[in-house]
Amino acid sequence: MNVSTFSASAADIRFRLLAGGLARLSAWRLTSLALLLPCSLLLALTLHGCDRQGPADEERVTLVFKHGKIAGDAAAFTEVLKQFERENPDIRIRDETLPATTDQQHQFYVINLEGKSSDFDVFSMDVIWVPELARAGWLMDLTHMLPPEERSNFFPGPMEAVTYEGRVYAVPWYIDAGVLYYRSDLLEEYGFQPPTTWQELVRQASAIVRDRPDLYGFIWQGKQYEGLICNALEYMWSNGGDVVRNGTVLINSPENREALSFMSRLISEEEITPAFVTTAIEETTRHIFGNGKAVFMRNWPYAWNIFERPGSQVRGKVGVALLPSFSGHEPASTLGGWQLGINKYSRHPKEAERFIEFLTSYETQKRVALTIGYKPTRKSLYRDAELMSAQPFIVSLYDVFEHARPRPVTPYYMMISQILQPEFSAILSRIKKPEAALRSAEKQIQHVLRAEE
Amino acid sequence: MTSPTVPRNSITGETRYAGTGTLGPGRGGRFGEKSLFLVPALFVLSAVTIYPILYVLWLSLHRRLLIFDISKFVSFQNYGFLLADERYWNALRNTVYFTGVSVALELVLGMSIALLLNGAFRGKGLMRSIILVPWAIPTVVSAKMWEWLYNPDFGLLNYLLGVKINWLGSPFWALNAAVFMDVWKTTPFVAILLTAGLQNIPQELYHAARVDGASGWQAFHRVTLPLLKPVILVVLIFRTLDAFRVFDAIYVLTGGGPANSTETLSIYAYKVLFQTLQFGYGSTIALTVFLFVGVITVFYVRLLRRGME
Repeated sequence: MNVSTFSASAADIRFRLLAGGLARLSAWRLTSLALLLPCSLLLALTLHGCDRQGPADEERVTLVFKHGKIAGDAAAFTEVLKQFERENPDIRIRDETLPATTDQQHQFYVINLEGKSSDFDVFSMDVIWVPELARAGWLMDLTHMLPPEERSNFFPGPMEAVTYEGRVYAVPWYIDAGVLYYRSDLLEEYGFQPPTTWQELVRQASAIVRDRPDLYGFIWQGKQYEGLICNALEYMWSNGGDVVRNGTVLINSPENREALSFMSRLISEEEITPAFVTTAIEETTRHIFGNGKAVFMRNWPYAWNIFERPGSQVRGKVGVALLPSFSGHEPASTLGGWQLGINKYSRHPKEAERFIEFLTSYETQKRVALTIGYKPTRKSLYRDAELMSAQPFIVSLYDVFEHARPRPVTPYYMMISQILQPEFSAILSRIKKPEAALRSAEKQIQHVLRAEE
Repeated sequence: MTSPTVPRNSITGETRYAGTGTLGPGRGGRFGEKSLFLVPALFVLSAVTIYPILYVLWLSLHRRLLIFDISKFVSFQNYGFLLADERYWNALRNTVYFTGVSVALELVLGMSIALLLNGAFRGKGLMRSIILVPWAIPTVVSAKMWEWLYNPDFGLLNYLLGVKINWLGSPFWALNAAVFMDVWKTTPFVAILLTAGLQNIPQELYHAARVDGASGWQAFHRVTLPLLKPVILVVLIFRTLDAFRVFDAIYVLTGGGPANSTETLSIYAYKVLFQTLQFGYGSTIALTVFLFVGVITVFYVRLLRRGME
């Protein structure tokens, strides 16, 4: 009772405030408002009318292309789309950008696809979504677009990520993978080569930090979030470990225990990694390395362009290498990047295929790499003379992308990640031993894999 | 809710109708007529609150995974899982700790500030505006700001205290750091509401208390507190409910980490519902949040009513 009285009086107060405000508006203001409203309405209508007067409007098919924000020159990307329309006069592209965070985009697609929405035709997918959306039956089968001989033109990691139960459901658009940044000036001063094993990295970092206590040895991303999984997988894989394979849970293995306890020892015993990495994300570490405060950093390739900008404190002093591995094992880096797929409910699948073919072609990938900086998924571009001279850095990425591995390719990935994040975080903050954390993770993942029974 | 026809009619309508006729036999009919006016409000209320709650209840009895096209009735299985879900109980503990500590601190600090602001001094108006600044900053912005203040190497806090505490990186400090941020942010709100309450207390009562020889503490204890009780309860309702449902501040500050040490019920529900899209179990968690909030509200409203009598 008290509550309803309260809200009624609150509404009353609001109403009085509004009435008072209107009364205080002078007459000329009201008049100008009254004039302005219809004018702007008229303007909007005219503009709208202009928009609709395209040539041969009825015969053109409109494809709606949904994707995340273009990280870079958005105008350059609009130019690319215009080129496609010139080459394909029967198709018009409506380019629609979704909110920046990956989670929000995932939510958008799941909710709309579940409702069988045909409001968009082509859309970009994070590398971890494809099996999930394919399993739900929301993606067009694109196997015919990528016959086996065509598949070998792409890096193996993204190809694995877009393949679910032997069928291909998306075409890799651009690629991303974890890399090791190092201070080339410092390594040279000490006569070190970029480390190829984790032990070597520890030795080099300790040696440099001993003389230069103002520097951090090695920084990476350890906050409880998706990035922590990306970091941890690189240690596990480069020690021969894995999470799940063919429906078998492999998380609780001696290789993984060893890899994760090494990761935690980097902070507590080797003392080359500062304790704050347990709160760090990509940008935190990028700022610190960019201010010249660290010898080594694990991050994605995007940071390179920022380091090489005029005025950057580390300009010309940064090198990029493949991440190290434990001795006797292959190095590995976590694959990121985006793939293009076609909505199962699209009314124009044939046109959508032509659009994807265009976006993932050699020429377009090259153009986008040159203007926006998205890394091509086609291997041959890394030997393209023009691209190599414009971005010499791209050559060193070839090896990284060859070793890039997708996170567990399973429709259950999102749930598995939610299980692993707090367990890995508990290992790093030393409230759980790796044995206990991995045992608990194993039990939970097995529970998730039984969800469909 | 703010539709001008409904709530006001039901409150003030009485006198208007009474003026047109006599009280007596016709009254029942008019009452029926009046309840007819309530229908639109009831309809809106049920559409925006009752229906969603019942739907969440319905969902919570299902195993529902959109991705796998699974939607089957499992009765109370989700609730059984919840009872054994360690992560849920951890989130509940965090939520209760966060709510209890932050609301208590905000009340004590807010009261002290309100008493200060109520005194007579130059620049009082200015002080009242300045003190509201933390409350006026959007939560996400202040959470980002505190993330940097808490940074163990570059953060202002460690610099001022001359220590090297990894505030957000250690499971012990992280939750307390979140509490501290909340106290910083919402104490001004509490202080302003209490100041408003203090100004409604007639000065004569204090004069009378002084004449009776009451000490400052006695005047506060016997005059201020009892008269301020309704305002304090309103403050407590707002703050407890807000703190219990806390999401944005902690989500931005720590994302629930490290090792789930700052994961509250709302954050856990968000992760289950919107990151892994388990609508059945996610609804079960959300429904328990609703039940807790309901119990807290009933408790306070009872107290408030007793205070009014």
